[in-house]
Amino acid sequence: MLYRMETGPHAGLEDTQGRKTARQLRRALGLAVGGVRQIKVFTVDGLDAAQVRRLLDEGIWHDPILQQASLEPLPLPASGEGPAPDWFVEVSFRPGVTDNEARTARDTAALVLGVPRDSLRVYTAVQYRICNDPAAPLTREQVQALARDLLCNTLIQRFRVKSLEEWRGDPGFAPQAARVTGQANDTVETVPLSRMDDAALLKASRENTWALNLDELHGIRAQFTDPAEIARRTALALPADPTDVEMEVLAQTWSEHCKHKIFAARIDYVDEDTGRHENVDNLYKTCIRDATAILRQRMGANDYCKSVFTDNAGVIAFINGYDACIKVETHNSPSALDPYGGALTGIVGVNRDPMGTGLGAELVCNTDVFCFASPFYDKALPPRLLHPRRVLEGVREGVEHGGNKSGIPTVNGSLVFDERYLGKPLVYCGTVGIIPTQINGRPGWEKKARVDDVIVMTGGRIGKDGIHGATFSSEELHEGSPATAVQIGDPITQRKMYDFILRARDLGLYNAITDNGAGGLSSSVGEMAGDTGGCVLDIARAPLKYDGLRPWEILLSEAQERMTLAVPPDKLAQFMELAARMDVEATALGHFTASGFFEARYGERVVASLPMRFMHDGVPQLELEAVWKAPDTPDIRVEMTGLDARGEAEFLRRMLGRLNICSKEYIIRQYDHEVRGGSVIKPLVGALRDGPADAGVLRPLLESDAGLVIAHGICPKFSDYDTYWMMANAMDEAVRNAVAVGGNPDALAGVDNFCWCDPIWSEKNPDGRYKLAQLVRACKALRQFSLAYGLPCISGKDSMKNDYTGGGERISIPPTVLFSVLGVINNVTCAQTSDFKREGEHIYLLGGTWREMAGSEAADELGLKGGRVPHVDAATALPRYRAINALMGQRAIAACHDCSDGGLAVALAEMCIGGRLGAEVDLDAVPALEDMSRTELLYSESASRLLVSIRPDLAMLLEALGQWQICRRIGTVAGDGHLTLKSGDSVVLREDVEELVRAFKRTLDW
Amino acid sequence: MATVNVLVITGYGVNSHLETAHTARLAGADRADVVHFSDLVAARVRLSEYDFLIFPGGFLDGDDLGAAQAAAMRWRYLKDAAGTPLLQHLQDFLDQGKLILGICNGFQLLVKLGLLPALGGVRFERQVSLGHNDSARYEDRWVHLLPNPQSPCVFTKGLPMLAMPVRHGEGKLVPENEDCLRRLQAEQLIALQYVDPDTGKPTQEYPLNPNGSILAVAGLSDPSGRILGLMPHPEAFHHVTNHPAWTRGELDPPGTLLFVNAVRYLRGQ
Repeated sequence: MLYRMETGPHAGLEDTQGRKTARQLRRALGLAVGGVRQIKVFTVDGLDAAQVRRLLDEGIWHDPILQQASLEPLPLPASGEGPAPDWFVEVSFRPGVTDNEARTARDTAALVLGVPRDSLRVYTAVQYRICNDPAAPLTREQVQALARDLLCNTLIQRFRVKSLEEWRGDPGFAPQAARVTGQANDTVETVPLSRMDDAALLKASRENTWALNLDELHGIRAQFTDPAEIARRTALALPADPTDVEMEVLAQTWSEHCKHKIFAARIDYVDEDTGRHENVDNLYKTCIRDATAILRQRMGANDYCKSVFTDNAGVIAFINGYDACIKVETHNSPSALDPYGGALTGIVGVNRDPMGTGLGAELVCNTDVFCFASPFYDKALPPRLLHPRRVLEGVREGVEHGGNKSGIPTVNGSLVFDERYLGKPLVYCGTVGIIPTQINGRPGWEKKARVDDVIVMTGGRIGKDGIHGATFSSEELHEGSPATAVQIGDPITQRKMYDFILRARDLGLYNAITDNGAGGLSSSVGEMAGDTGGCVLDIARAPLKYDGLRPWEILLSEAQERMTLAVPPDKLAQFMELAARMDVEATALGHFTASGFFEARYGERVVASLPMRFMHDGVPQLELEAVWKAPDTPDIRVEMTGLDARGEAEFLRRMLGRLNICSKEYIIRQYDHEVRGGSVIKPLVGALRDGPADAGVLRPLLESDAGLVIAHGICPKFSDYDTYWMMANAMDEAVRNAVAVGGNPDALAGVDNFCWCDPIWSEKNPDGRYKLAQLVRACKALRQFSLAYGLPCISGKDSMKNDYTGGGERISIPPTVLFSVLGVINNVTCAQTSDFKREGEHIYLLGGTWREMAGSEAADELGLKGGRVPHVDAATALPRYRAINALMGQRAIAACHDCSDGGLAVALAEMCIGGRLGAEVDLDAVPALEDMSRTELLYSESASRLLVSIRPDLAMLLEALGQWQICRRIGTVAGDGHLTLKSGDSVVLREDVEELVRAFKRTLDW
Repeated sequence: MATVNVLVITGYGVNSHLETAHTARLAGADRADVVHFSDLVAARVRLSEYDFLIFPGGFLDGDDLGAAQAAAMRWRYLKDAAGTPLLQHLQDFLDQGKLILGICNGFQLLVKLGLLPALGGVRFERQVSLGHNDSARYEDRWVHLLPNPQSPCVFTKGLPMLAMPVRHGEGKLVPENEDCLRRLQAEQLIALQYVDPDTGKPTQEYPLNPNGSILAVAGLSDPSGRILGLMPHPEAFHHVTNHPAWTRGELDPPGTLLFVNAVRYLRGQ
């Protein structure tokens, strides 16, 4: 029998959660509501009345000080206690959706009552009791709309509505269990590939979400019609044609997500501007991997790279017997469908990458970068797309819960806004870890499964969550995108597993570890089996959340919080005992072999046997065409004539309020950025802790003053002009940010994350060749500037189909690369922040300014398109960065800030804001390298520039630098609380710093 | 001199154990062990071997059912492998005059277990709770704290105004009733309050008081003075570079001082 328990705040106490919901309804939907009270509902199955009563009486699921609880619907307010609610909306999860609180409620009840966990089921729901604003009572349609648009995501949740009248007639909602009702299912079907013509093959690929093209389907068919292979399969009692298990494993292994087929393609590249033809054989190898190899060779004995591109994260040397590793991932498509669940899964998912690198890393920080359309978007939404504000809020909260609950500080991040991210938001999540250089006498950054090692899966159970995630993310978003692609992460199950893994690692209980991400067990076991040359896996042994999954679904499920390990047989008992003690589920599923085959069984029956070589190397190379023609953009002069000092100040305030520039404090404060105790440079700096930091610095080993710097660059705004310079600027910005906080430009490692719009030509993607050319150019820049800066890439990822089609509209994101850097700082007390420190400091600008306004924030603010995009000159930039780093080491620099979005004027304003100090700057002293207007001088976004301040008595250090570099004093930090820009004797701009603060903070002051 | 062995409990979502143990070592503890809760249950580690027990910050069970609620139930209902209720171990530990510190999520646990404020010396009965911040948000920001010199608390004895971060969403003190609040004041159990650094006075003003806690309560002592719980994170300020404005030369007394007092107290036993 089902029982319901309702818990809510005591009548006398304020309902903070309800108040927050009411505020969101008013702000996000513009609805008038009187108030909201929020009630948590537990529905339980498998207990008797006395047991449920005990849970209530002993306050097991509620806090008697804060809350009332009842097995009946909680009473409506008595007279005098306020108005009765006019509407009741109850939101609960759909069957099979991860319900973390219900799991905790179940485990806690089982413990208290002394019954097995599996003997009861718990489901949670939230009941919203909404009071009308008497001036504008809500209609039923409005209530249903607000439930759909804000309280609930119908993809994963369902809701019920009652009016007050209905409630009075029949109080409460009937108990409802979100139970998955499935029967154990061992069905394995044969896919009749050998009898399919091309049309049938493509139809099957589409209908099964295999995302395989015709070449690939032919390749698979050929494999399965080979007579020797048929004979081998017959001996195993397998059909000649592939089983559905085999087809799904191949589709997943060969997916764009896992195989990066576009980066591996052979590309015919034509530059129509020069008429040059070029054959590019594998962008990844020629532009990324080879550049790193060249650099590593150049560094010789000083090579600090340990493991590049092969493992789940790239590894570099750190200090004191530790190495450091980093991985950045995207989770775009799931975040488009369910921003909260998608982003939560994104962050806890990328946590598992360092966790599964080498023998397993300890996680030390996260970094997050989001790209959205404006949250103030006010046009009609195309079908299936969520409002950008809802996406922003959901993603923010998903990463908040994922990061904070996992206990990993979020030390660095960015938000980038462009209308085209309406079609697909980008959610980049990165995690840094540290690994002991030696663990039990073995290098910590290496791992290798051995023959006969037992395949053990740990962590959560398997459900239908995220089936086809790998192939789904390799497709564009459309109106019928599958809901199973959505998962909700469970940070605590993962945290428990993580605590266990670190302990098992130090006890030497396993030989290799990897995470279950895209492709689930199929992918993790398939990869590890590469170490030994094969495996035998029994799908029937895998622990399930509920019955009803077919064997291929079990193998492919992307249910979260799972790692796969290779445990030596003689360590298995100890491994399993430790897992049980630490309340972590672990299951032996099979063992690794040297057979040359990936073999999966269901009980005794063989359901898949794929040659390892075919599985991993059988995918045919794509052949693609790319055509570059520089977009025809006019040169423009950006000039605002006739502005007086007040007019200039007003424009600067507008610039500071732009979404890409304004304060992100609202988001930053809700992320724990200092757990683990090693925070050195926090995301908010300055006198009142509200100035923007350039990068994050932390001290991961508390006994040591050695640190890590984490920075990034991202400038999709230049992609419309030339992705070559977009890439160059992103890399320069990342290095510059790292240098600004004290990072050593000669000790950095890069991570490239490409998010592209579909670069494969087809009729519905007519500009595919141009988009591919954009990709080629970005990769060329990556190679060029990787070599020029001596900056090896150690890890990366791409996401290729960031397009949306719906309602007759196609939206493609601007090609976007997040370039992250990780570096070592020998002594964190040399780090520095961007805020001006004291009146009288001299202000210097390093690096020249060109008239480079294309894609700039100012041009966009003025609605202008055109001009020249900023170029990067590594030959002058690198010595500049080295010189600043040398001065940082002497603690000679008082403040350092990079000039990027909004150029010189915005950078100066931000340094004033951070320090709550004024500045007086002579614009005539600014090193301008060509003729330009004042607006251009102030807002050009020329690359490689740094603004610094220095104590007057140390200024000679920068004067000396100015003898061989562009480094010129442009002003002085002022104590008058005003930013003053002069040209000769005339005041060009003068503004109170407090006004600048207001403008900087107002936009996202939620 | 007595040795001081510190036990820092982790597991089920605790996440500040490393820096907490580190700070205890900096404060002069002879030993600071991070121990997983499951090792207490398995009776592989015994509370009785330690003098100072710390419940560090974290997200026990993801705050499901309310912060630390599920963990409180584990402590309340579980027995160890030898059949002894965990609460009995806690009771014995306290009866021996030892110290307990709960930080953030650890404070929430102490409150929900009824170890704080333990008015009238009554232990294991919930008398107050910690509810959602008025802002309805989790927030990470630095605050200033003033110790109550009249408090029996041994951790805060003689300490100056302190600065350290809060990092929580449920930190607003909610007493069972008016009488409870009166007694907290009368018995000087309010050990730490959020203050405005300019005036040095307790404040209800956001964000100086980050959660709207009544009487600006940031930390509570029990009547014995040997149990302290506080929402802010003293262990998060154990190094000059932890301070949010260290590059400006700003420096406040570090959170390590709370630990130093504890170690000193135990040494004097």
